Amino acid sequence: MVSVPPPSSRPAPLPPPSTTPPPTDDPGVAFDIRALSLWYGRFQALRNITLQIPARQVTALIGPSGCGKSTLLRCLNRMNELVPDVRIQGEVYFEGANIYAPDADPVEVRRRIGMVFQRPNPFPKSIYDNVAWGPRINGYRGNLDELVERSLRRAALWDEVKDKLRQSGLALSGGQQQRLCIARALALEPEVILMDEPCSALDPIATYRIEGLISELKSQYTIVIVTHNMQQASRVSDFTAFMLAGEERIGELIEFAPTNQFFTKPRDQRSEDYITGRFG
Amino acid sequence: MITLPRTDVAAARRVRARELRRPRHRTISELLAEAPLLLAALLSIFTTVGIIGVLAFETFEFFTVVPLSRFLTETQWTPLFLDKHFGIVVLLSATLLTTAIAMLVALPLGLLAAIYLSEYAQPGVRRVLKPVLEILAGIPTVVYGYFALLFVTPILQALIPGTAVFNGLSAGIVMGIMILPLVASLSEDAMAAVPRTLREGAYALGATRFEVATQIVVPAAFSGIVAAFILAVSRAIGETMIVAIAAGLSPTLTLNPLVPIETMTAYIVQVSQGDTPQGTLEYRTIFAVGTTLFVMTLALNVVSQWVLDRFREEYQ
Amino acid sequence: MNAPTERYDGGHLGRRRAYGRLFEWLALASTALAIVVLALLLLDVLHDGLPRLSWSFLTNYPSRLAARAGIAPALVGSVYLIALTALFALPTGIAAAVWLEEYPARNWLTRLIEVNLANLAGVPSIIYGLLGLGLFVRALGLQRSLLAGALTLALLVLPIVILSTREALRTVPRAQREAAYALGATRAQVVWGVVVPAALPGILTGTILALSRAIGETAPLIVVGAVAFVAFLPTSPLDPFTVLPIQIFNWVSRPQPAFHANAAAAILVLLVVLLSMNAAAIFLRDRARRSMRW
Repeated sequence: MVSVPPPSSRPAPLPPPSTTPPPTDDPGVAFDIRALSLWYGRFQALRNITLQIPARQVTALIGPSGCGKSTLLRCLNRMNELVPDVRIQGEVYFEGANIYAPDADPVEVRRRIGMVFQRPNPFPKSIYDNVAWGPRINGYRGNLDELVERSLRRAALWDEVKDKLRQSGLALSGGQQQRLCIARALALEPEVILMDEPCSALDPIATYRIEGLISELKSQYTIVIVTHNMQQASRVSDFTAFMLAGEERIGELIEFAPTNQFFTKPRDQRSEDYITGRFG
Repeated sequence: MITLPRTDVAAARRVRARELRRPRHRTISELLAEAPLLLAALLSIFTTVGIIGVLAFETFEFFTVVPLSRFLTETQWTPLFLDKHFGIVVLLSATLLTTAIAMLVALPLGLLAAIYLSEYAQPGVRRVLKPVLEILAGIPTVVYGYFALLFVTPILQALIPGTAVFNGLSAGIVMGIMILPLVASLSEDAMAAVPRTLREGAYALGATRFEVATQIVVPAAFSGIVAAFILAVSRAIGETMIVAIAAGLSPTLTLNPLVPIETMTAYIVQVSQGDTPQGTLEYRTIFAVGTTLFVMTLALNVVSQWVLDRFREEYQ
Repeated sequence: MNAPTERYDGGHLGRRRAYGRLFEWLALASTALAIVVLALLLLDVLHDGLPRLSWSFLTNYPSRLAARAGIAPALVGSVYLIALTALFALPTGIAAAVWLEEYPARNWLTRLIEVNLANLAGVPSIIYGLLGLGLFVRALGLQRSLLAGALTLALLVLPIVILSTREALRTVPRAQREAAYALGATRAQVVWGVVVPAALPGILTGTILALSRAIGETAPLIVVGAVAFVAFLPTSPLDPFTVLPIQIFNWVSRPQPAFHANAAAAILVLLVVLLSMNAAAIFLRDRARRSMRW
């Protein structure tokens, strides 16, 4: 990996955030991230991330490994707090409310935001129970059967499993398990789905199907996807956020642009270096 | 999702912030969920406190009647007779005698078995031997007591004339067999923790398997093996049924393994079988003996852990 | 440049190999001794006890006549005792293990509890008997009852239940917990809805092993007051009781060989019970391994 260009050739840093501008009123913005920094103990992992993630679009977070893209993704549903000793500064406005407000409950935040992980991790329960568990514990009072079917249909899995809903979720293939995890997330009817390298553990055919699924889902959900695969980012996403960890190994946002523009005419030299494969 | 007209967005924002707040009922229900778990975990502390409390209380009462000097220096143990003597050394000597015999059996054989399983045995042989050791460890001690009295003692009586029906040697030997699996498995764990590269380095220098096992692996696992030995001693001291059945219930101050003796644990059993009323001196003696036992095993266990922590070899 | 071989006296490879073989023999013999002893023990017990085993033996009460004596109260007492012990030890042990594993806060309190558990595991079982005598029998006034015995044994096996439950909980991968949290579950919901159900086979295995240890315990129960000449079956937890190991102890302690035969037969029954419990535990463990293909 070629080292990052020296500081002198870097463009001027992003302007510091002005003190408390109002959170955006624009319903076209799903997340309004302001000056977000994160520390694991004494080690800083993210610095001063400011970014607006558009609603009902697919935004890809890309960058070389270790740049903090997964960490940033997990900040959006407060999953980072499962790690002890984590400290966060800054704000993340989700549809106008700061999810890091002192009285905000992470449980409530996570109910509204769905997440799909790198390796499929269905519960050792039946397919039906995998999808139904989330709504059940959150007190769902409606028709569970309908909800399960709806979610499995939206995840393009219903036809393959409709006769074996009582079978264990672990009995499915890798790609099917991942779609089951997507259905599980969809069952809570979130407005956003976060995906952390959802295809990296899958074979190319399963990957292809999931990418197709993402394109279908974006009409109803905001999707933020972390990927280390640039081709996937350019195929699947509408917007791209490029991150880098500098010499101090602290993740920063380098550039954010519509995907087409990012990959054809990147503004930052480092973006161009990454795209053309000079490092990472 | 409905798109709100811009003028209502501010109102909607306030609604959303409120929605993210944690409902009071959840705080309570989470606390209610954690409380019984914490209580259960605290039970272990209560158990220790209970043990120390019960022992201390009755032992203290005992020592208000019988001075500590008598306890430590008298050479007879006859609390149940009219002429009462309270020399703990009588019971202690029996415990130590049987323990010593048991260790002569368990330590060398256990260590050898561990070396064999760790350095020599083929996977097929291991698959048979390890379960056998586990079975041996799982047999109730009362069964071992039967074996000691009715199988081993007659053999000893045939081999060594003058062996009494109840004797310390038989109990000690069988106790050693019982403890052997413990020594073997703990020592084997210690040896398994020695990294392969250490062995490979020695083999590459042309060492034989015997030399690698005895001069490289065992020294490398030394702290674990020593800790295992100490634990074995502690186990032997605390053992009850084998000695109660095979060694006898007559307190005798002796080092002769061929005569009946009574260990500390056997004495407690002996008195418990009778009908000793609460609050009497005789009742209190079992707690005094119990305290001695507890202190000894606790000290050994603590030392064993200390050896493990202090001398643990650090491999990358 | 090669090392001058004259400086080495040939290595005495032959002699070293001989020592090695001798040692290997010695080590194998020590290990084999275990099998030999086990075989001798089983054969001895079978030889003495098998003739005495019969249906009447299982259903008779103790008697002064060896030929008429049986283990009915002891067997029933053992079963009741284990059931009661499980009733106390299982929920408590699982609860404690869950707290230690799933509710973080690695602080002085968890350290203290863990040190306590480690020490308690090394305390001789007869000391638990003294605790039971002083606390349950006398202070709480339970007298020499099944209840006192069960409480005592529950405390005895608690560290084992906690340890094996913790290990079972640890085998559940982190990704399972993350998936549950991401669905907006509270910690209690994650623990009881996902983690514990997934760890259940391992927990049950550990419990069976703890109970199989309890069923062979003699000393603490003698101290707590289980007597050997019980002429009835216990009907309530406050009744006096006896258990199989104590019956064995009682018969072994008598001089008459006929009672020794009884003891051997009772040992066979005890071993069969133990064998079935361990087999059940192993069966459960294998089924768990097969179905949880993380």
